[in-house]
Amino acid sequence: MSELVLQQVSRWFGNVVAVNDVTMTIGPGVTGLLGPNGAGKSTLIHLMAGFLAPSAGTVTLDGAPVWRNEQIYRRIGLVPEREAMYDVVTGWQFVLANARLHRLPDPEDAARRALATVEMTPVQDRDITTYSKGMKQRIKMATALVHDPPVLLLDEPFNGMDPRQRLQLIDLLHAMGAQGRTVLFSSHILEEVERLAGSIQVMVAGRHAASGDFRQIRRLMTERPHQYTVRSSDDRALASLIIADPSASGVRVVAGPGPGLASGTGDAPPGGGLHVEATDHARFVRLLPRAAAHHGIRLYDVVPADESLESVFSYLVAR
Amino acid sequence: MNATVVRLTARSLLGRRRLLVLLALPAVLLALCIAIRLLAGSDEKLAVGLLSTFALGTVVPLLALIAGTGAIGPEIDDGSIVYLLSKPLSRPAIVHSKLAVASATVVALAAVPTLVAGLVLTGTADRVALGFAVAAAVAGVTYCALFLLLAVVTRNAVVIGLLYALIWETVVGGFIPGAQALSVQQWSLTLAERIVGDRAEPLGLTAAVSLGTGVPLLAVLLVASTWFAGRRLRTLRISESA
Repeated sequence: MSELVLQQVSRWFGNVVAVNDVTMTIGPGVTGLLGPNGAGKSTLIHLMAGFLAPSAGTVTLDGAPVWRNEQIYRRIGLVPEREAMYDVVTGWQFVLANARLHRLPDPEDAARRALATVEMTPVQDRDITTYSKGMKQRIKMATALVHDPPVLLLDEPFNGMDPRQRLQLIDLLHAMGAQGRTVLFSSHILEEVERLAGSIQVMVAGRHAASGDFRQIRRLMTERPHQYTVRSSDDRALASLIIADPSASGVRVVAGPGPGLASGTGDAPPGGGLHVEATDHARFVRLLPRAAAHHGIRLYDVVPADESLESVFSYLVAR
Repeated sequence: MNATVVRLTARSLLGRRRLLVLLALPAVLLALCIAIRLLAGSDEKLAVGLLSTFALGTVVPLLALIAGTGAIGPEIDDGSIVYLLSKPLSRPAIVHSKLAVASATVVALAAVPTLVAGLVLTGTADRVALGFAVAAAVAGVTYCALFLLLAVVTRNAVVIGLLYALIWETVVGGFIPGAQALSVQQWSLTLAERIVGDRAEPLGLTAAVSLGTGVPLLAVLLVASTWFAGRRLRTLRISESA
């Protein structure tokens, strides 16, 4: 049983803050690291794997710092996101080389077991260059499992996998978690995390936005106000309809281009639209088309705004 | 040193068409020497000129550049170095293993051909062939350490290495004699000069520095580059983008 502990970890690259004051504990079982692309998931995994020095804070595995500590790799298996391997060799040779690099007492046996675990034994003698993306992913997995580590870190392991391979990997990670290993994988796809992870850590824009079990996170996400930009044939009339309903907490009319600037067609939207903050997002999306239709207002655009933290959450929920 | 790292490095460095490219330079050197021997006979002065400018001045640094950066650079670029770094291996051991492969490549493909070229040109006269072979081997290993360090430190190792080996050592060194005091080629030339002995000067074999300066500088550069490369590898940032 191993525990990865991050304490007030930040990492910046020049002026860019990739990871901002993150404190989390990853224990046994499967944990999903969820967040949109660019949220700092890979940076966080590199920090946990000892490949990056935290600019501030500490990352420890069972009390030992992971940075500049090669010995932690006896207890960590890493599946990197990038696909490049030493691909002039066969799958068997590569996994065996990894076993030897770990100085395992019986590298052949370890390689055989790892390849069997990922079901790559039948094609183990082919050159890695001839493998499909899913096969490469499984070979990467075998290299990470070859020394039977208590901690497994996987960076976007489902990328490029077909549905069947996804299911296989989900089963495999489930089994690893059930054995009491600490398994952490990153993903930007909610449904993957939903199917696999017992607990979830959400990263948004470098910050640790939420953590806990899946149901809590989903509630947190859906309860946050969602923002929409709506353009219609009569923004102000629509605004009064929206604010009259309890699903929205605020509506702002955006100044649009003057009539002279509007494009020539009859359908051209007259205004700049509305910014709506919906507290009950499910009710709001049902209300909007009905209310508009009932009052003869045409909707041109209904777009979830996507800069804010909230909208990232709504994006994640919508997936 | 780690045998598995050595094997993996040798495989990617010498695999497939790479080896053919590496063989081109010594092949040109030998062809040139055979042609000269056939056309001009045995001329030691000509041999010294050719061996110092082409063998020691061009073939050795170029091969060391390809082998030294090629032993680690591509892995850092494509991210596959992560498979070595995620192991309980000491980082200096990784560097030593890679340096061993690069050095062996340069000795086999540059120093040995230099010996053969010297023998073709002059036979065993005045130990010119031996002198240049030793200089080529020592220079090759030192260049490898330097270029390996460059590859760990910067993505532009090949360009910087080329600028150093060709522009600094050859062109700048040719115009500004002072620049030759900082030249692996000149440092190693002191070894050839010593091995050839009294006949070195009449043959035009004179290094810009003395043996007592050249050899310690070679040793310092070799050790410092290797040490620093190991240190930098410990804190290497692996790029995340594919």
